[in-house]
Amino acid sequence: MYDVAIIGAGVIGGMTARALARFALKVCLLEKENDVATGATKANSAIVHAGFDAKEGSLKAVLNVKGSQMMPQVCRELGVKYQNNGSLVLGFDEDDRHTLNDLLARGRANGVAGLRLLEADELRQKEPLVSERAICALYAPTGAIVCPYELTVAAIGNAMDNGVTLKRNFAVCDIRETADGYRIASETDVVEARFVVNCAGVHADRVAAVIGDSSFAIHPRRGEYLLLDKACGKMATHTIFQTPSAMGKGVLVSPTVDGNLLLGPTSVDAADKTDRTTTPDGLADVLNTARKSVPTLPADQTITSFCGLRAVGSTGDFILTTPKKGFVNAAGIESPGLSASPAIAEYVVALLQEQGLATPENPDFHPIRPSMHAFREATIEEKNEWIRRDPAYGRIVCRCEGVTEGEIREAIRRHPRAADLDGVKRRTRAQMGRCQGGFCSPTVIELLAEEWNIPYEQVTKCGGSSVLVVGETKKG
Amino acid sequence: MRELVIIGGGPAGMSAAIAAYESGVTDILIMERDARLGGILQQCIHNGFGLHRFGEELTGPEYAWRYEERVQALGIEVKCNTMVLDVTADKVITATNAEEGVFQIRAKAVILAMGCRERAKGSLAIAGSRPAGIYSAGTAQKLVNMKGYLPGKNVVILGSGDIGLIMARRMTLEGAKVHAVCELMPYSGGLARNIQQCLNDFDIPLLLSHTVVEIHGKERVEAVTIAKVDQNRRPIPETKQTIPCDTLLLSVGLIPENELSQGAAVDISAITKGPVVDQDRQTSVEGVFACGNVLHVHDLVDFVSEEAAIAGQAAAQYIQNTRQNAICIPLYTDGKVRYTVPQIITEQKDTSVYFRVSDVYKNVCVTVKDGDHVLLKKKRPKVAPGEMESIRLKAEWLDGVEALTLSLEEC
Repeated sequence: MYDVAIIGAGVIGGMTARALARFALKVCLLEKENDVATGATKANSAIVHAGFDAKEGSLKAVLNVKGSQMMPQVCRELGVKYQNNGSLVLGFDEDDRHTLNDLLARGRANGVAGLRLLEADELRQKEPLVSERAICALYAPTGAIVCPYELTVAAIGNAMDNGVTLKRNFAVCDIRETADGYRIASETDVVEARFVVNCAGVHADRVAAVIGDSSFAIHPRRGEYLLLDKACGKMATHTIFQTPSAMGKGVLVSPTVDGNLLLGPTSVDAADKTDRTTTPDGLADVLNTARKSVPTLPADQTITSFCGLRAVGSTGDFILTTPKKGFVNAAGIESPGLSASPAIAEYVVALLQEQGLATPENPDFHPIRPSMHAFREATIEEKNEWIRRDPAYGRIVCRCEGVTEGEIREAIRRHPRAADLDGVKRRTRAQMGRCQGGFCSPTVIELLAEEWNIPYEQVTKCGGSSVLVVGETKKG
Repeated sequence: MRELVIIGGGPAGMSAAIAAYESGVTDILIMERDARLGGILQQCIHNGFGLHRFGEELTGPEYAWRYEERVQALGIEVKCNTMVLDVTADKVITATNAEEGVFQIRAKAVILAMGCRERAKGSLAIAGSRPAGIYSAGTAQKLVNMKGYLPGKNVVILGSGDIGLIMARRMTLEGAKVHAVCELMPYSGGLARNIQQCLNDFDIPLLLSHTVVEIHGKERVEAVTIAKVDQNRRPIPETKQTIPCDTLLLSVGLIPENELSQGAAVDISAITKGPVVDQDRQTSVEGVFACGNVLHVHDLVDFVSEEAAIAGQAAAQYIQNTRQNAICIPLYTDGKVRYTVPQIITEQKDTSVYFRVSDVYKNVCVTVKDGDHVLLKKKRPKVAPGEMESIRLKAEWLDGVEALTLSLEEC
């Protein structure tokens, strides 16, 4: 019997697990996929929003501002890259300027620090490549960027280091109320818990419906992105948005903490909650719309494209509710969900406490997780000491991103263990560079097979039937 | 301080090392990221290598061994399993390996011979999902030939580059069914002999002016949708057809791997994606030379070896202070000739100029002009982008020449 079961190991489930690990509780995190951070968490804009977008007084507004204030410390503790690069919302005409002034007022009401309107000259000093047509911009110095899956992996790793259990490939198919809580079943496994937190992303409405809560619906909104080579990583230093209009929110142009340039997203309401396919029109639209902000964006520097599904709630705000005793929904966490995630986790803990969860301190809780970047950020002398202790850190496997065998083995050994190629990619960046795994993936498969002690043929890209080879060659 | 450091121990690096040694420089170090010399040749177990150079049909490893044997015999130092992390314009090389950790070496001259990489799927922005079972042809070749595993059983190949053609045959020999090779262009980018020996001989259809428009399958590839493209290379919707398969191989181009070169402030050509070089393969940074696929993508290793020997010899002359750079003649192209290597001539001597054309042209004259003055006119029945061409410039033609233009003209 667990004290709390969390359904969904995305950024919300992960941050909640870590928040609960501070207490002397038995917590388990249930994830339907083969790895954590595989839903909306892995495919979004990677932005810590300043907090001027959401309507005053909404949960989105309050938790965004609070979450973005918490984020630097969370990232420090978890050894996750966080860059306070500031954001700019471009205005192209007087209507835009009007809207930006409204956003400025809203941001100030939300408590966002340092917001101001820039005129063209100052805008161009900050971002020389921005379009000639931009006449002004709303500048938010507290805007930042973070890698959402790195943050989630680290939060869950830290939670597991502090005793939280992660169950993968656990797709919830049934939840029953019991005398002292809930009984949660997958096709092959059962977990009992006194309290349940529903962080199931686009599937959160379905999970809530299982216990009879049909107070909200979640629909997926598709967002396609293009990721450009590091050669373009310096084309923007701030996160550059466009003024939202009746025609849509526009797309952003943003550096990533890893030095690439991210363009996107599109915004298309969809029906299928699993369809993460990209479309020719969507990808073309991203580039064309992004060029409105930065006209010189190249067409031939794309290293990958992807599509995320935002979990859009039917209420217009984050859905943080307790439909039944001991059952908490953390649903409809669309933008600014990543930014708000540390604050949402605290909010969820408070709801659980209201529901009667006793939270004695965990005296052994250790908030620090050693960074996955420790090796690459070390000095040459430190690296050499490291390599002397373990020569695997002297063997580069991924040449594009300069990732060593030592780092890959570490990612497969540490909580939460990378179990497939994509898991190694998200933790180490091996296969994430310009050749996209062309050179290193056969070796990464080998390391996974070795560390998990499974045959080469059983290693997958992302669990399930995503095997990478179908058998041995004829030899002979 | 080393006299000469060569980055990359593939065919280019080895040939350059041997040529430099034979030109009198013996303090040479080859740095190779793989466990042994040979580069990509090690996974090219098919034959056809060395026809020009040795008059024999060797396999990749056999061809590599001819050079490795010589490197060993000359006692040239090689560091394998060693990754170069950085090269500076003043020729300080930072590298790492398991034995020595991260270390730095200063060199009098550097030869860049890092080869190229395959264009990845991401750069094509093909719509659809991103399941397992999508490989670049070279990755599939490594899985099959080096690791001993078959990536899939029902295969569609996008792109008709040479590695894709070779893998069509290789996968077929391993019992897989290759349903089609789709080529976006109206002509193949591969060698004519590979189309015959790897596709025609195995009844594998080559669909010219076709592309893959969508990939299906959530976990593993389940099918791809292909379509014919119009003259602007845009898919024609009514020609779409879906082919069930478990594997998509990509052979859509090779990109010289010049991240290190850029770190050394070497000028890179927007067309070749490799360094801009003179007739001796010296880059814009004095004492830094480049050869092989890092310079421009070759179709035959024989020419890589030949080019690398030029670079090796010139690097030796640089170290010995015997290089003469008296002139500076740029080589321009007309667009039909897409690029030349070298791009400039700095010494008056007989020089081979390699070039590629931008489309298939029949019955044309390769023409070299100094302004309106025609220096050379050579008839070719057919030229194609997939086959590298060359012409030889005579030293005496260069008297007083300010610039040369290479063009394709009517005969």
